[in-house]
Amino acid sequence: MSAKRAFELARSESRAALVGYLPAGFPDVDGSIEAMKVMVESGCDVIEIGLPYSDPVMDGPTIQAAAQQALEGGVRTRDVLRTVEAVAATGVPTLVMTYWNPVERYGVEKFAADLASAGGAGLITPDITPDFGEEWIAAADRHDLDKVFLVSPSSTDERIAMTTAASRGFVYATAVMGVTGARSTTSDLAGPLVARTKSTTDLPVGVGLGVSTGDQAAEVASYADGVIVGSAFVRTLLDAGPDRQAGLTALATLTRDLADGVRRG
Amino acid sequence: MSELRFGADERGFFGNFGGRFMPEALVAALDELTVAWQDAMADPEFTDAFEKILREYAGTPSLLYEAERLSKKVGARILLKREDLNHTGAHKIRNVLGQAMLTKRMGKTRVIAETGAGQHGVASATAAAYFGLDCTVYMGAVDTRRQALNVARMQLLGAKVIPVDSGSATLKDAINEALRDWVASVDHTAYLFGTAAGPHPFPSMVRDFCRGIGDEARQQCLDQFGALPDAIAACVGGGSNAIGLFTAFLEDEDVAIYGFEAGGDGVETGRHAATIGAGESGVLHGARTYVLQDEDGQTIESHSISAGLDYPGVGPQHSHLSEIGRATYLPVTDAEAMDAMALLSRTEGIIPAVESAHALAGALRIAEQLAAEKGPDATILVNLSGRGDKDMGTAIDWFGLGGTEGETDDQTEGDHQ
Repeated sequence: MSAKRAFELARSESRAALVGYLPAGFPDVDGSIEAMKVMVESGCDVIEIGLPYSDPVMDGPTIQAAAQQALEGGVRTRDVLRTVEAVAATGVPTLVMTYWNPVERYGVEKFAADLASAGGAGLITPDITPDFGEEWIAAADRHDLDKVFLVSPSSTDERIAMTTAASRGFVYATAVMGVTGARSTTSDLAGPLVARTKSTTDLPVGVGLGVSTGDQAAEVASYADGVIVGSAFVRTLLDAGPDRQAGLTALATLTRDLADGVRRG
Repeated sequence: MSELRFGADERGFFGNFGGRFMPEALVAALDELTVAWQDAMADPEFTDAFEKILREYAGTPSLLYEAERLSKKVGARILLKREDLNHTGAHKIRNVLGQAMLTKRMGKTRVIAETGAGQHGVASATAAAYFGLDCTVYMGAVDTRRQALNVARMQLLGAKVIPVDSGSATLKDAINEALRDWVASVDHTAYLFGTAAGPHPFPSMVRDFCRGIGDEARQQCLDQFGALPDAIAACVGGGSNAIGLFTAFLEDEDVAIYGFEAGGDGVETGRHAATIGAGESGVLHGARTYVLQDEDGQTIESHSISAGLDYPGVGPQHSHLSEIGRATYLPVTDAEAMDAMALLSRTEGIIPAVESAHALAGALRIAEQLAAEKGPDATILVNLSGRGDKDMGTAIDWFGLGGTEGETDDQTEGDHQ
């Protein structure tokens, strides 16, 4: 199911959608599935599953640490697809956020086919832009998958138009010039970027990078169709350490706070 | 024609390799850099100033030296392109001066760089000092401890050195960290990339700044010996010195081109950095190229005695030259390289960098074959890309040096610990 439906549903309730991210295999494969199910139960409308990668240039220290832990635990690409299957079964649109090389290595066509048969909605591709993503775009179209590309405050209007024209599902607007990670203040670059993006497309626009609290979510929800949260979720699990139940409880609390935020925006 | 046969198209593809697989946030900066670089290369004011600073400050053109004693030993004529005599001791000064000049021209005030053992970091800090730019160097935490002297050099030159603990805490992670810095600082910061790899335009731009090596050497061959060499050889990590040498000779079909990769403990052991020889096509640091990777596309750590060659990727133009058969890439083990280091030191009184010793070792291997085909006039040009001062720690460990008379281990084939 395309992520667009979740955004439409949220819009029909006059609110923004909450998009939650966790890497697969963190703290282990079953643990990550359980955590993502908690996020769904507590109010996430869309789930992004991170495919852990050895060289994550767009990620800050929090997500790097989780991905590294997952890789050290032996997570494989096929485990990520198993995670997709389990999470998609809850009924929320489930995307994979991945750097490009693991997809290329798996085989672009095969990855698209296996993702589709696992019930995945599509891919978010932080290091592929549409002008270098022909192969993925073709495979996604064949398998009816979402293509979520990123736009940035540094993007020209021409590039934003090119990017949104190639996107399906939603458009991911990066709120700041920087990598993933919680920030104490929201960005004043995000609002103008969302406006520039919306002027080129009817697709929903989600804003990510830096959001960690319900209040920040409410602020972003006032101008965007979706609020994307990653590092803050990862942080709650990292902070809980080996006490998994405490981690899941904290995760549920944070999700409810953010879900409340997107309803206040 | 030739540009498309050997060089990149406007999207940065050398045949099947290269391109720009990068976050959207950096595309505007890469576009800006592409325009600035192409503008600069077409502007005589820039190219003249670059030539002048290389000549007056870096000490180019570097000498082309016929190593007669070594030649006698191996039965073929060995010519050495003496990039080791450049300011800061390697070819890398060419690249950083070019990129720093471009940074000034673009009106940016800060540069960042990644470094493995510290050579590119020292060169970047040097160029930044010369041009009055703020400089931050990312370096794997393990390397900052092993290469404390180079850390001190960078600091003395006014650069800030940031140890990188993430991932495997090596060169590739230093590149990741520099890219993360750049995403957040791109409006006033230029990334001085250390090799002819990465996203377009870096592979082509770094080649342009380093190609003086081959342009000079080709002319020197004609002037000094009246002929082009039968073969040319360079070491290949990311591949900046190699592409700098190769470019002038690509059209000379009678000149055989060899790149020597770090074979580490031997390619069969899995502990090596022979990316073209043993890697597979993938995407790393913004380009499609050969990559050392596992079944799932995760980067595998490389191994080499030479920090400058210890990289699990390679410049995309080398992948292309290998695929079309214009250049041949072969591995050279740690032991072969260290033997060549000792041999050159003792026959010619030149201590090469361990990186360059790989090129020399490979050249000696092909010299035999070439001499059998063409007789003693067979000529091989080797790029001596850097000097060995920085590698004395490695040499001490390998050869057991540093003891006093009577206890010095005099063998040239040491045991690797």
